[in-house]
Amino acid sequence: MFFENINWSYVLILPVIGGTMGGALVLVWWERRLLGFLQDRLGPNRVGWFGILQSLADAIKLVTKDDWVPPFGDRILFILAPIIVAGAMLMAYAVLPLGPGLIIADSNIAILWILAMSSLAVYGVLLAGLASNNKYSLLGGLRSAAQMVTYEVFMGLSLLGVVMLTGSFSLKDVVHAQEDMWFCIPQCVGLVIFLIAGLAESHRLPFDLPEAEHELTAGFHTEYSGMKFALIMAAEYLSLILISALIVVLFFGGWLGPQFLPSALLSGVLWYGFKVLIVINFFILLRAAIPRPRYDQLMSLGWKILLPLSLINVLITGAILLGT
Amino acid sequence: MLSQIKTLWTVFVHLFKRNETVQYPEEMPYQAPRYRGRIILTRDPDGEERCVACNLCAVACPVDCIALQKTEKEEDGRWYPEFFRINFSRCIMCGLCEEACPTYAIQLTPDFELCEFDRNNMVYEKEHLLIEGTGKYPDYSFWQVAGKTIAGKDKGEAQKENSPEDVRSLLP
Repeated sequence: MFFENINWSYVLILPVIGGTMGGALVLVWWERRLLGFLQDRLGPNRVGWFGILQSLADAIKLVTKDDWVPPFGDRILFILAPIIVAGAMLMAYAVLPLGPGLIIADSNIAILWILAMSSLAVYGVLLAGLASNNKYSLLGGLRSAAQMVTYEVFMGLSLLGVVMLTGSFSLKDVVHAQEDMWFCIPQCVGLVIFLIAGLAESHRLPFDLPEAEHELTAGFHTEYSGMKFALIMAAEYLSLILISALIVVLFFGGWLGPQFLPSALLSGVLWYGFKVLIVINFFILLRAAIPRPRYDQLMSLGWKILLPLSLINVLITGAILLGT
Repeated sequence: MLSQIKTLWTVFVHLFKRNETVQYPEEMPYQAPRYRGRIILTRDPDGEERCVACNLCAVACPVDCIALQKTEKEEDGRWYPEFFRINFSRCIMCGLCEEACPTYAIQLTPDFELCEFDRNNMVYEKEHLLIEGTGKYPDYSFWQVAGKTIAGKDKGEAQKENSPEDVRSLLP
């Protein structure tokens, strides 16, 4: 029978896509609102209750806009770039656990898969900068490349400590390995390094060098408008959610927490969402507080400080694992 | 590194501070009394027009938005503008007309909400500009301190004015 062979976790695919896209939409509003409060402003509060429909209004505006492809650019790559960015980001969600047992594909190389997919998304950014045939876009793409060769190295290395403590690349095993103690305590150095790498990976301020709206107008997506721009924006917020969820899963025990509801599943999902929200809010706080460095400063920070630090972290973790 | 964390904390504390935004159409911001907004023409305490049509405001106006024409009242000899027109689509609310005015007639008010759908409606005539009261200087009455003769006030009868000297009485 067909229904006996079906893997029921595939049912999650549509809710995950819809949930993350909808979450990205709400997050745009929430970020603007929270940034406003942090800067003693109000933020958008006109559309709907407390302005919650603001991003819906923005979405309607973006969809009805003229979808313009620059005649001086590379047409195929220009159209392909946002699809790569958003597609790669959505693919990464395939292995991300959403709660106890809630996972589309429990892969045994989940961490590698997510790192690979988030690196693929950078190709979209690079191609967008290249295909626009615009100096600001090219500079944005260039910075994105420089940023990528910096953070990708120590991003992987910072997670190695977690992997060593777990003995597995599967995110489910990582969460179960944290039942005694969350990895944010033994792997605090790894957490800080991964946080910085995640900022750079999701192009969040203070590491939004490829966009840097004050210097490069909008960087790699200067020429984008309409739905393609919306796709790039959605991908950025998807990656913000992804990095936050990943930090929670890897360092803050995922869905682990005191069970306060009769259902362990519901309680786990609520704990998980609560933690992810806190990390997202911390990212927004970082955006409000920290100014953007130059990209040579980011590179020297990455290569001279964070890379040796993550190597030492791996070394010490390995030594302690061998000793015990 | 420490300064970055201090920055984070400072910004986080601002989450609980009162925000500065004034939600304008619903709440009005405080308007200082000497704010330079819409221009008015005021009247003397006795209810007559203060403007004597001296044209100094029109001369002082850097954008030439004031136009007026002098005329005289037959019955009492007062000067007054036959028409007085301010084109508010040109006016830059600089307040130079108010400074130039010798009779405190032209004054700027805190009202800044000058919006019209039709550009012609931004041109204010005298009946739109003239108000009933005295504006910022309630006790000042130009004709009572000026030396010019009008009906009911002859030479030397103004406030702080001496009677005219009889030049012949000074002869030795």
